[in-house]
Amino acid sequence: MKEKEVIQGFSNNLNARNRKGVIWHIIFQASTLVGIVALIALMLNIVNSAFGYVAYEARVDPDTFTVDGVPLEEQNKEQLLTLLQSELSRGAYNKLNNEEPFEERSRENVFQLIVERIIRPKVVAVWDLWPSLTQVDEIRATVAQDFPTAELDFVSWLTYDFVTRPQTSEALTAGVRTAILGSLWTIFFTILLAFPVGVGAAIYLEEYASDNWFNRIIQTNINNLAGVPSIVYGILGLAIFVRTLEPLTSGEIFGLVDPTTANGRTVLSAGLTLGLLVLPIIIINAQEAIRAVPRSLRNASFGVGATKWQTVWSHVLPNAMPGILTGTILAVSRAIGETAPLVVVGASTAISFDPESPFSKFTTLPIQIYQWTARPQAEFQSLAAASILVLLVLLLSLNASAVLLRNRFSRRF
Amino acid sequence: MTTNNNPEPTYVIETQDLEIYYGTFKAVTDVNMKVEQNKITAIIGPSGCGKSTLLRAFNRMNELYAGTSIKGKITFNGQDIYAKEVDPVEVRYRIGMVFQKPNPFPKSIYENIAWTARIHGYKGNMDELVENSLQQAALWDEVKDKLHQSGLSLSGGQQQRLCIARAISIKPEVILMDEPASALDPIATLKIEELMQELKKNYTIVIVTHNMQQAARASDYTAMMMLSGEGERSGTMIEFNETKTIFTRPADKRTEDYVTGRFG
Amino acid sequence: MAELTDKKTSTISLRRKPRWGESIIQGLLFLSGFLSIFITIGIVYELGKEALLFFQMPEVDLLSTITSTEWKPHVNKFGIWPLLTSTLLTSTIAMSIAIPLGMSVAIYLSEYASPKVRNTLKPVLEVLAGIPTIVYGYFALTFMTPLLRQIFGNDTVQIYNTASAGLVMGILILPLITSMTEDSLSAVPRSLREAAYGMGATKLEVAVQIVVPAALSGIAAAIIVGISRAIGETMIVAVAAGAGPNFTLNPFIGAETITGHIVRISGGDLSYDSIDYNSIFALGLFLFLVTLTLNIISQAIVRRFREVYE
Repeated sequence: MKEKEVIQGFSNNLNARNRKGVIWHIIFQASTLVGIVALIALMLNIVNSAFGYVAYEARVDPDTFTVDGVPLEEQNKEQLLTLLQSELSRGAYNKLNNEEPFEERSRENVFQLIVERIIRPKVVAVWDLWPSLTQVDEIRATVAQDFPTAELDFVSWLTYDFVTRPQTSEALTAGVRTAILGSLWTIFFTILLAFPVGVGAAIYLEEYASDNWFNRIIQTNINNLAGVPSIVYGILGLAIFVRTLEPLTSGEIFGLVDPTTANGRTVLSAGLTLGLLVLPIIIINAQEAIRAVPRSLRNASFGVGATKWQTVWSHVLPNAMPGILTGTILAVSRAIGETAPLVVVGASTAISFDPESPFSKFTTLPIQIYQWTARPQAEFQSLAAASILVLLVLLLSLNASAVLLRNRFSRRF
Repeated sequence: MTTNNNPEPTYVIETQDLEIYYGTFKAVTDVNMKVEQNKITAIIGPSGCGKSTLLRAFNRMNELYAGTSIKGKITFNGQDIYAKEVDPVEVRYRIGMVFQKPNPFPKSIYENIAWTARIHGYKGNMDELVENSLQQAALWDEVKDKLHQSGLSLSGGQQQRLCIARAISIKPEVILMDEPASALDPIATLKIEELMQELKKNYTIVIVTHNMQQAARASDYTAMMMLSGEGERSGTMIEFNETKTIFTRPADKRTEDYVTGRFG
Repeated sequence: MAELTDKKTSTISLRRKPRWGESIIQGLLFLSGFLSIFITIGIVYELGKEALLFFQMPEVDLLSTITSTEWKPHVNKFGIWPLLTSTLLTSTIAMSIAIPLGMSVAIYLSEYASPKVRNTLKPVLEVLAGIPTIVYGYFALTFMTPLLRQIFGNDTVQIYNTASAGLVMGILILPLITSMTEDSLSAVPRSLREAAYGMGATKLEVAVQIVVPAALSGIAAAIIVGISRAIGETMIVAVAAGAGPNFTLNPFIGAETITGHIVRISGGDLSYDSIDYNSIFALGLFLFLVTLTLNIISQAIVRRFREVYE
């Protein structure tokens, strides 16, 4: 381009400006990359811990159970049952039989029981996935030298058994069933409280409330509550549900006190606490969904002489429902991942009983992750990683269903 | 195409068989025109016929919308402004623009001009430049006591003159004006038109307007655009001539219908 | 049909009829809305009540709480400073990561990225924002801490340290700052960008010198909400920052934040009426008031911003 005459001190600085533009473009792009890298590192770090080699030693040498030269692994179901009966106390044996009769159990199941209850392997060393893939020979050498009696196996800490077994203190046989059931029980009460109240409040604010100072306070208050740290809700739950309402939340007034629970630190208290926590989120999301229903629809309904509630119930709510449900699912996934308030409300540190009523003691998936993460041994970090994967799969499927819901119904108007 | 009494007119912007696309949709087709130096060229026509699109192509503003492209050629002082090596920033430095809706930056009146000059590396006396620009835009007397108030605090007409001051502060060769008075009241409109007559001594002006009286009053040349063909929704230039010819002896029947108000 | 004829022959009454069902429903809906007020009252009342009990205890006096640099409940020392400094330390580290990165990503998404890139990256941010904080805590302890120890040496960096917690908290807050900033950047009217481009500004000049200043109040609100989030964040510090109050500004040694302290104290079976029980209410009230103030400021800023552009 023809040079523009330099008038009154304008300098032709375009090259420098463009250079600066390119540099900052790279900086902005690199920042975005940092965010993506952080997400990838987070995921890889979890996967890295959830799989890998484990060296374990048996507390009781399986060779001592060799019968007539037949090693334990090759014995048939009858031989294994005899062994189980002789090594366990009668009470323990009968309890297992009550859970599932031995006649109906497979040989593999009985063998598994012998490993868990009699041989009781103990983890002596754990390797992450990356060294397990790249340094197999070194790992074998280390194990041969330091733990000559140990077995070395490549394991996935996340297995079907891991999801279905109850919590135990043994890393190799621990599971998250107790925690998953605890999470589900808790969330049930969360939804029971937050969904009807949240939608009700949203309907009130959008359809009924006139624009006066009191309703504006309610609205402002809801916005502020959404920003209150979750741990504060935990403290509130401790004061109200656990302490003040103890007769109710412990089941005392229903005569249903769980023998293991002497106070209000129950599934019910936890669920209600999380209910208060997600209530503002559900209200705000539901308000948005209700606001998106066009005015003309309401006018059509009023125009044929419907009352306010008839209009809301038959026209506004059905059309806003996909949006309300999407918002609720997102709020629920927030609740499922919450840890801090439940610690304060009083999640149990170690329980292996499945929750059976609203008045049971509880633990949840995030609580389980917290407790395993806080333990110094590497095998518990691996258990934490495996439970994180379970939690993330749960959350991801919830979010996916919310997205599906949104996409399916988003073209209504 | 142009009849001109000047023996050697200088043309600043020329187009050759210009077509402008939004994606695959051809918005403007077959435009050939020449913009003469230190004259006011008006582009008129019914709404939706591609006037603004054409104007924005002159300083490559249309590129800010994804998927726009052109065929044909636009030259500025003989040079193809869509050539590969040309920087659109440089084009817009030389060919300034005033928009339909006044859009001062949310900065002070002073900063609106100073920022513009500063990014182009202006090293001279800033106070002087601001005063000169505001004076050329006939705004100085009204704002000289409140230079550090927000540009948004001015009235619509004042805001638009601030935008003109901002545009001329960096001494472009051409100023493109996209219906600059359409959002203003008649008195503010009149001021802008008077200002244009003043500005054309130093600048070349291309103005898009839907107001035929304005084109007739203020411009030297007029380009008449219209949607062409049956069903085809593409704007084209049906006539380009001196303004007085367009308004008194139009060659095209459609132009005559439009300027006499019989259109549509 | 019969009904319609009846209606016509009988005298039509337009008088208002009581609709009891409607009134009851409206009452229930109002109660639902009012419950949120009750939550706030509950927080203030319960936390205030126990906090008052805390300060009435013979072992505690308000002055030494504000001035003392030791928080040792077992010897009745309740100076808030060690908890406060570590809270400020983790929050400062987090914000020094989250503000520049969050703004850069927001500018990139809003001003540079093509719609296709934007539509791919926004879900990534949503995924980051949806990951539970305990997972970030795990990440801090098992990834960031070893990384820091590798870089700065095992002698300098303790296993539990505020730097690791703060950095990961920065990653946690990044999506929040990004999405709020991006919202306010895209709310800047197109005409303003055009004005700047029309004057021959480059993309960077438009983005940084025109669009960002125009969205400044929205960005300020985002930053304040981010700070409030950082101060209230619990699980990352509970897992990675260390157990035990420590009056220090060294980011490489362990120190307990307000939230971390509450979690550790309430982890066991806390007996009511103990001084520990009361102390977490006092700390909780403090946390509530600080974050509430920050949120109110942020909302006030956003409201002013809306007045300018709508």
